[in-house]
Parts: sequence; structure tokens; C-alpha cells
Amino acid sequence: MSEEASTGFAIHPMDQFIVKPLFGGDHIAFYTVTNVTMWMAIAVVVIAVLLVLGTRRRAIVPSRSQSVAELMYGFIHNMVEEVTGHEGVKYFPYVMTLFLFILFSNLLGLLPMSFTTTSHVAVTVVLALMVFLGVTILGFVKNGIGFLGMFWVTSAPLAIRPVLALIEVISYFVRPVSHSIRLAGNLMAGHAVIKVIAGFATLVVASPVVIGAVTALYGLELLVAVVQAYVFTILTCVYLRDAVGGAHH
Amino acid sequence: MELEAAAQFAQMGKFIGAGLPTMGLGGAGVGVGIIAGNFLSGALRNPSAAPGQMANLFVGIAFAEALGIFSFLIALLLMFAV
Repeated sequence: MSEEASTGFAIHPMDQFIVKPLFGGDHIAFYTVTNVTMWMAIAVVVIAVLLVLGTRRRAIVPSRSQSVAELMYGFIHNMVEEVTGHEGVKYFPYVMTLFLFILFSNLLGLLPMSFTTTSHVAVTVVLALMVFLGVTILGFVKNGIGFLGMFWVTSAPLAIRPVLALIEVISYFVRPVSHSIRLAGNLMAGHAVIKVIAGFATLVVASPVVIGAVTALYGLELLVAVVQAYVFTILTCVYLRDAVGGAHH
Repeated sequence: MELEAAAQFAQMGKFIGAGLPTMGLGGAGVGVGIIAGNFLSGALRNPSAAPGQMANLFVGIAFAEALGIFSFLIALLLMFAV
């Protein structure tokens, strides 16, 4: 079956996710500079510029960039303290880094003609595995072998504890999967939907409706970009609480 | 000729298989709706407690939604990977 016949779209909705080398050739090795690399670098530069500009003056009455930086800092700091407790605050820099990177990758991906790095599972799975491995190692360092007590639910009757332990173990190892797929899936699905709707604009009669629909979906995607960054960070905090707080409480 | 028919039949099965997981989205929709609805009814009874539970709301929605995203993933795998 040919490509044209299978889709019927002038622009294939999944074309926006193709990884391309920036400088010639089609060969991709681990060192190749691709559009993914470029947009990740742009996200890092944007974050650095915003935070450096925001904290340069440190005025009592904050400028606009300073208040944006302060609001984000305060928001994440509150979240870490609320969810993981006082013990978890020393891991705040990592959580803040994760939040800013994901938020700005999501938001930069919404620019027309840009590339959404977080729509690729390869990117998000690294972020999720870092959290998973970090939390697991931290849990064993902090609680020793007692960290395994997390899987042995002492509040349940003895007879069903082995079953619960099995379920708990499975759900523990599914964490990095759902953590990464949620972010990538949401972003990919949203961007593909925008492209599919935009593809209907080739039909002249439908184009006014399409412009309205794409505008509305864009607003929704803006919300999704922020909410997914928030969800990723808050789940990181929830997982961190298991490690620093020991077993269930 | 017969081989071509078999290939087309396999193609058909692939498309049907990729369409079936979209039913999982209904389950995710029900889950997210129940969470958001219960949050709202609780928040209207005790509005002062609502802001403190926003984090729980989002975590609950994220967990419910993850399963819907899994079904989307299976659809994608059937379409492009198998």
C-alpha cells in the first residue's frame, strides 16, 4: 500500500516527530547533532537566560522576569516541601531542574515549525529512569533493607499480604513506564491532533471551522504543556517521599 | 494472487487491531470524570479545604489517565511497529 493512499493527508500528522540530522547526511550516530539536540539546547539556554536575567538585579520590587523566576521557584519549593516533607527539601534543585526543563521543552514545542523534544519516549524515558533509579538507590541508602518494607503492607490482614506485595512490586516497576509514557503520549497525541485537524484545511469549505478548532486546540495544548510538566514533577515528589519517608505513612 | 489477498487480510487485521484500543480511552475518560466530579462535589461542600487538595486531584487524574495513554500506545505500536 502506498503512503498517499494510506493517509490521504497532504501533510502526514506524524511527520513533525521525525528526527533529522542538522548538518547533511541521513546517518544518525550517538554524537550526531539532530533537531532534538538543538531544541533541548534551546530549552536550556532559554531557562538559563530567564533565571540569570531574573536574578541579576534582585530588586525589592521585582521586575517582570524576576517575578516569573521567583514565582516558579516558590511554587516548586512549596510543592516539594508539602509533598515530600521537610526531609525532601534538599532534593529541591533536582526537582526544579526537571520541572523547568520539561516545562520549557513543552512550551517551545508549541512554537510553529519547532520540534517537541518531550514528545519522544527516548527523551522522557531517560528523565523517568533517572528519577526511578535515583529514588530506589536513595531509598536503600536511607532505609537500608527496610526499604523493602514498602512492599509488605502491614495494615492489611496477613492472609492477603503476599498478594498485595506482588501487586505493589509490579506497580513499583511500572512507575518509570507510566511516568515517561504519560508525558510523551500526551504531548505526541496533542500535537498529532492539531496536525490532523489542520490537515482538513485543504478542504476550502471547512477552513474557517478548522482555523477556530486549531486555535482552541492550541489553547488546550498550552494547558496540557503546563499541567504535564506539573504532573511529572509532583509524581517525582510522590516517589521521593517513599524513599526519604521510609515505608507507608 | 492468493498471497496478495493474505497480505491485505493481515493489513485489515492490523487496522482493526489498532482501532480497538481506542475503547480504552473511554475507560480513562470515565476515571478522570469520576475523580474531577468527586473533587468538585467535595470542593463545593467544603470550599476552604479545596486548594489544599489540588495536588491530590492532579495526581489522581494522572494515574487514571496513564492507563488511557497505555491503550493509545498499543494502538501506535500496532500501527507503526508491528
